[in-house]
Amino acid sequence: MKVKSRDESLNTSVELDGSSDLLTGNPPSGQRKKNIKQRFLRLLPCCHLDTKPTVRQNSIEDDFELATVCYRPEGLEKLMEQTKFSRKELQIQYRSFKNECPTGVVNEETFKLIFSHFFPQGDSSTYAHFLFEAFDRHKNGAVSFEDFMIGMSIILRGTVTDRLCWAFSLYDLNKDGCITKEEMNDIMMSIYDMMGKCTNPCMKDSAPKEHVESFFQKMDRNNDGVVTMEEFLESCQKDETIMESMHLFDHVF
Amino acid sequence: MAAGVAAWLPFARAAAIGWMPVANLPMPVAPTNKNKRQDELIILNVSGRRFQTWRNTLDRYPDTLLGSSEKEFFFNEETREYFFDRDPDMFRSILNFYRTGKLHYPRYECISAYDEELAFFGIIPEIIGDCCYEEYKDRKRENIERLLDDLEDNKDSKLPNMTIRETMWRAFENPHTSTMALVFYYVTGFFIAISVITNVVETVPCGLTPNQRDVPCGERYTEAFFCMDTACVMIFTVEYLMRLFAAPSRYRFMRSVMSIIDVVAILPYYIGLVMTNNEDVSGAFVTLRVFRVFRIFKFSRHSQGLRILGYTLKSCASELGFLLFSLTMAIIIFATVMFYAEKGSTSSKFTSIPASFWYTIVTMTTLGYGDMVPKTIAGKIFGSICSLSGVLVIALPVPVIVSNFSRIYHQNQRADKRRAQKVQKARLARMRISKSGSSTAFLHSKRNGLNQSLELTGSIEDHQMKKATTLLESQHHHLLHCLEKTTNHEFVDERLYEQGYLQTTLQNFPSRSPSLSSEEGITGTCCSRRVKKNIQPLNATHSHPHTHNLKELSTLHIHCREQQPLNTSRSSLNLISDESGSLNCKSSGLVTTAIISIPTPPSNNSRASPDAPSPPNPGAPPLPNPGTDVVKISSL
Repeated sequence: MKVKSRDESLNTSVELDGSSDLLTGNPPSGQRKKNIKQRFLRLLPCCHLDTKPTVRQNSIEDDFELATVCYRPEGLEKLMEQTKFSRKELQIQYRSFKNECPTGVVNEETFKLIFSHFFPQGDSSTYAHFLFEAFDRHKNGAVSFEDFMIGMSIILRGTVTDRLCWAFSLYDLNKDGCITKEEMNDIMMSIYDMMGKCTNPCMKDSAPKEHVESFFQKMDRNNDGVVTMEEFLESCQKDETIMESMHLFDHVF
Repeated sequence: MAAGVAAWLPFARAAAIGWMPVANLPMPVAPTNKNKRQDELIILNVSGRRFQTWRNTLDRYPDTLLGSSEKEFFFNEETREYFFDRDPDMFRSILNFYRTGKLHYPRYECISAYDEELAFFGIIPEIIGDCCYEEYKDRKRENIERLLDDLEDNKDSKLPNMTIRETMWRAFENPHTSTMALVFYYVTGFFIAISVITNVVETVPCGLTPNQRDVPCGERYTEAFFCMDTACVMIFTVEYLMRLFAAPSRYRFMRSVMSIIDVVAILPYYIGLVMTNNEDVSGAFVTLRVFRVFRIFKFSRHSQGLRILGYTLKSCASELGFLLFSLTMAIIIFATVMFYAEKGSTSSKFTSIPASFWYTIVTMTTLGYGDMVPKTIAGKIFGSICSLSGVLVIALPVPVIVSNFSRIYHQNQRADKRRAQKVQKARLARMRISKSGSSTAFLHSKRNGLNQSLELTGSIEDHQMKKATTLLESQHHHLLHCLEKTTNHEFVDERLYEQGYLQTTLQNFPSRSPSLSSEEGITGTCCSRRVKKNIQPLNATHSHPHTHNLKELSTLHIHCREQQPLNTSRSSLNLISDESGSLNCKSSGLVTTAIISIPTPPSNNSRASPDAPSPPNPGAPPLPNPGTDVVKISSL
């Protein structure tokens, strides 16, 4: 209580001074006149103004509305057409999806949280962000169950070319059809960030850059500094290791 | 692994496809889902009430009874259901924990019954969600306190091994421990009362002597009062000396408030004894007598209420000080105004501003003696404003003190909650441990050689070891392993990282460099058999003196580590993995596993050699700190 009384006294002193607005420190604007008038009128017992709801109240109501909006997927048949999953698989996936996200959509924060659980030693938020961008087909800041399943279908049930295209779209941050060195650098940094700092051998700052260099050496055929989709597909198809690893997660479900 | 995050594991694994084109190394083989059964409903019969849930739901928490194979013990063959002879009402919240990932504490339940259920089902209470955790902790604390109180009442009967000193101190502090203490308590109380009454009665005029004015009793019956005083002071002195003797920390006792009051109470008598015949200092002597009234404060040892009041005032000191300050401001303002208002009138009592202080104080506290009254009109107006504002100002201290009193009363409870804060930190630490358990579990499985990355052909032991971890865990570990391959770095334990870091800085001396290169090829696992298998890709690149390493083969230090604070024996988070460890290592019992520094395959990096944080040199003695689990096996 002691602290509180002191704070309040401080506030009143500044108000008495009347020279500065508390929040911004700027001289009070014309709004003060309205506030004084309102306050004066409120003192009088006869007139009670219907105070307009403040902006703050509106945003609280908006928040409530957002929270109760539920997103429902279109239908099982439609999803089965759009993806290559069976009915049972979709059912199982939807049950756990709905359990985790009762509102029906996943936002970026949840992605980051999930990844932080799986990679506790490093910082996986950047990679999660890129992943979110790749999954969010409608670019509306929320990944619905359909987006999610379509993405998973490409990765797990698509052809190798589809998967490589998906990976390309993940790397191509601005979706302009080619991967520049900066984009690749960002991706590489995000992957290396997931490792954290307790690694063996010690993580050096130049490690991602070197990796990017070797990547570009391998992928960039015409040495123009960017990797296009064709170059990417061609180089990946020539590399056996990559082709093998593409089949690694065939049986995730 | 934590909560419903298990549900997202397929997603995280699919997302790993983003690393594949970037990686330069081949990826490890994915663990296969051998018994891929479809999700099925299982029935849990708890004392007749049937609960149904998916099997996967229960599998989310493999370190609890329902999530592990322990539930097979409760499987009822005839009815094909799991029967538990427990409370069905409390089972609801436990099952909801599996479903939602949050454990709630139902308020109407008894706390110890709830604890028992949690212990039976293998769930640690720290997982209770934040919404219910405080309630749970409060109830638990109350319960423990009640039990402690009961214990203490029984405990107060003699502890045989207390010294005289300790007995005396306990008797002084808590008079209810023995009858002697109680007697002592009442006797001292009686004498304090006598002493105070004596001081008071001394000054009462009693009886008229024929020639003079009223004489106070003290002067009339000097010897009687002197004897009384002497007796009281002797008792007080003896009491003080005994307390001093019995105090566990005499220095602290002498500094305490009560002992200072004791000293102040008896000192005037002795000073008076010394200075009896000196008339010059009789004025000072009289002043000293005033201090005798402090004896009344000795009552605070006898009264809890006095102590709380004293403590309240002490803690309100700042508020009261502030109040005094504002009062002083008001007094000065009004005194000045009254002085100048009354300046004009004749024979005004307001001779100066300090003289007006008296009027202001008397008026503001609504005393109104009437010895000073304003006569001018302006003076009367300001005088009335003064008294009206005085009413307001006087109303201020009461809520301050009251609220402080209630604050102190609640502070007792808050002190307990502060103790709960420390428990909160411990709780968070435990949850962090269980979360990090997943990463340490990965490192551990590496140490156990469960990851078959370096050898694509499985062997029999591997299958056995695979059963030890759950499918989810192995999938998670595979994911982490893929990341390692992509970035060409490995996860290590933080401690090891720091050790390695220290040693790389220490080992930049040129004399050590040959041993450095010899350490590079070190792989460690528990068994030397596996070492041989892992070496093939490495031998080609390293040519180093073998003599060191031969010596090292014999240095097989396996230290055992203490058990983790988590008591759940089933816990796969537990660093002592009984099944997998014992299969692997020659020495049985509590084996913890070794550090591995699996060297980075030499194919495409130039950074392996100088940076490898190697285990200590062969010349150095084995690692000094006993808590670590270092196994050094060289690569031969």
